[in-house]
Amino acid sequence: MDIELAKKFYSQMLLIRRFEEKCIELYSSEKIRGFLHLYIGEEAIAVGVMHALSADDAVIATYREHGHALARGISAKSIMAEMYGKVEGCAGGRGGSMHIFDAKSRFYGGNAIVGGGLPIAVGMALADKMMKRDRVTACFFGDGAVAEGEFHESLNLASLWQLPVLFICENNYYAMGTALEFSESEVNLSKKAASYRINSFQVDGMDVTQVAESAKNAVEDIKSGKGPVFLECLTYRFRAHSMFDAELYRKKTEVNEWKDKGPLVTFKKNLEERGLWSKIKAQEIEDEITKTIDDAVTFAENGTLEPISDLEKFVYSPEEVQ
Amino acid sequence: MKENNQTTYREAVREGIKNAMQKDDRVFLMGEDVGRYGGCFAVSKGLLEEFGKERIIDTPLCESTFTGAGIGAAMNGMRPIVEIMTVNFSLLALDQIMNNAATLLHMSGGQFNVPLVIRMSTGGGKQLAAQHSHSLEGWYAHIPGLKVLTPATVQDAYSMIELALNDPDPVLIFENSLLYNSQGTLDTNAKPLPIKKAVVKRPGKDLTILAYGINLFKALDAAKILEKEEIDAEVIDLRSLRPLDDETIMNSVKKTHRVMIVDEGWRSGSISAEIMARINEQAFFELDAPMGRVCSAEVPFPYAKHLEDAALPQPVKIVAMAKQIMEEA
Repeated sequence: MDIELAKKFYSQMLLIRRFEEKCIELYSSEKIRGFLHLYIGEEAIAVGVMHALSADDAVIATYREHGHALARGISAKSIMAEMYGKVEGCAGGRGGSMHIFDAKSRFYGGNAIVGGGLPIAVGMALADKMMKRDRVTACFFGDGAVAEGEFHESLNLASLWQLPVLFICENNYYAMGTALEFSESEVNLSKKAASYRINSFQVDGMDVTQVAESAKNAVEDIKSGKGPVFLECLTYRFRAHSMFDAELYRKKTEVNEWKDKGPLVTFKKNLEERGLWSKIKAQEIEDEITKTIDDAVTFAENGTLEPISDLEKFVYSPEEVQ
Repeated sequence: MKENNQTTYREAVREGIKNAMQKDDRVFLMGEDVGRYGGCFAVSKGLLEEFGKERIIDTPLCESTFTGAGIGAAMNGMRPIVEIMTVNFSLLALDQIMNNAATLLHMSGGQFNVPLVIRMSTGGGKQLAAQHSHSLEGWYAHIPGLKVLTPATVQDAYSMIELALNDPDPVLIFENSLLYNSQGTLDTNAKPLPIKKAVVKRPGKDLTILAYGINLFKALDAAKILEKEEIDAEVIDLRSLRPLDDETIMNSVKKTHRVMIVDEGWRSGSISAEIMARINEQAFFELDAPMGRVCSAEVPFPYAKHLEDAALPQPVKIVAMAKQIMEEA
């Protein structure tokens, strides 16, 4: 691994971690409201997958998508402003934490109905195939989505029509508070995907290099016309499901065991083994991220509230377009 | 098409789709049995042969996902027409219609519009009982972000396809399945009326009857009966349930001062209730009598013919309601 890539992976994962830690603080001080679903613990997946995508590819994520948005290159400023409900936010303050959208980076949400993004990904990929464009649609969802009908319908269609979709299942073992073993008759989720004749892989979602490598291979296969690919990334959510979760359904010891093999810890070990850790200058990265986040908060604080007279905007496209 | 531009509603819809597909490569049709079978109501018969399986796409039975795929394709540069066999099946796709198609433009702060057209059959009268007969178009009209069209005439069956495809936002078209065999005049060169335009189909001075879809013809039949009793009814085809053409409605109320609505939806929380509320808000002092309406009976549709007939709006009920309104001082 070259040093630049090591820096990129580390700084992106750390940015997500620190950004969300700041969000917790801001939530507690009631600067941001609504739901807040934290990605902490799962950073390696978004960072690894985004590395494999190009600017032309599309991303569809879930309501736990701050990490995906940051890793896709959407600025911390515009995401923070979105959380503040300000006009300068990437969705103009209409979406909030669960609905981050950005046309420039082909980031299609921020979808808060579990499983609801999969059919859209299938359709986006269908359009690309019909128009003979060389693009991939990357669709993120959790293990909870696997129980939804739309998961099965979408995998079937994507495989039946050989569509360029990269399905990324972030298996953190809990659908909100219900453990996988209480949701699924078959807990190996990649087997379910394989039953639709989709090339499916289980990946250590705590290892950013492994995720990036698998995603790179998957994207190459998809672009060479081999149909969709399913990556099941095994991971763990370190924080509660949302800010309203008392975490009655899992033991502290289990959480701590996973924290010991978290994405930042794992990557640091990996770099140390390769003799690269000291070379990435972690403290410099940390300082830079502190500044990025401080700037984002200042930007959001100073942002504009949309006038109430604009309330009914964005329900229909403007007349001039029609 | 037959001579003198006489054609069926079914053929008019087909011609509308065909015309749009010939003009624009981005348009495609997707749904259950639209290709090899020729469409559940034979609307798309022959289109597979003409346009190929890449543009006339048979889907598995997965309303939610093929509707969602329509949304995704629409956001990614295509102009899909999704066909859902009946409005009852559309409930399986309600998540995609309501949570995605209707909201994406707004949630994204205006960044992603969804130029999707969804066509579906609606309505009772064929003894198909309680899972194939309901009229839920008024219910869809509740949802901001959607447009809801209800073509009654052969001309609208044709031109609303293009109108809907030209719209940058999701449009739902409800085709009453009993209309597919109806005949009318089609002028493929006519400039389509805008979406938000109700049409006075029969001018009159005594009473306004507002209707849409198949009930437009029941209202016109009722108007003929009323004419013999010297009641001159004005019959208006609403055409669109969202947006509603308040202007045309209120102008008629100001002219006749008496109004009734024919609505195949259930009475409670119906589009007719919404229209009455708007008249109340905008033209209350124009009214000479309480408004009336004829809706479907509040019962899941029964199979037995005499019961189903009794559940539906019928010309005789429209006549009775009209007379009652006329008898008010």
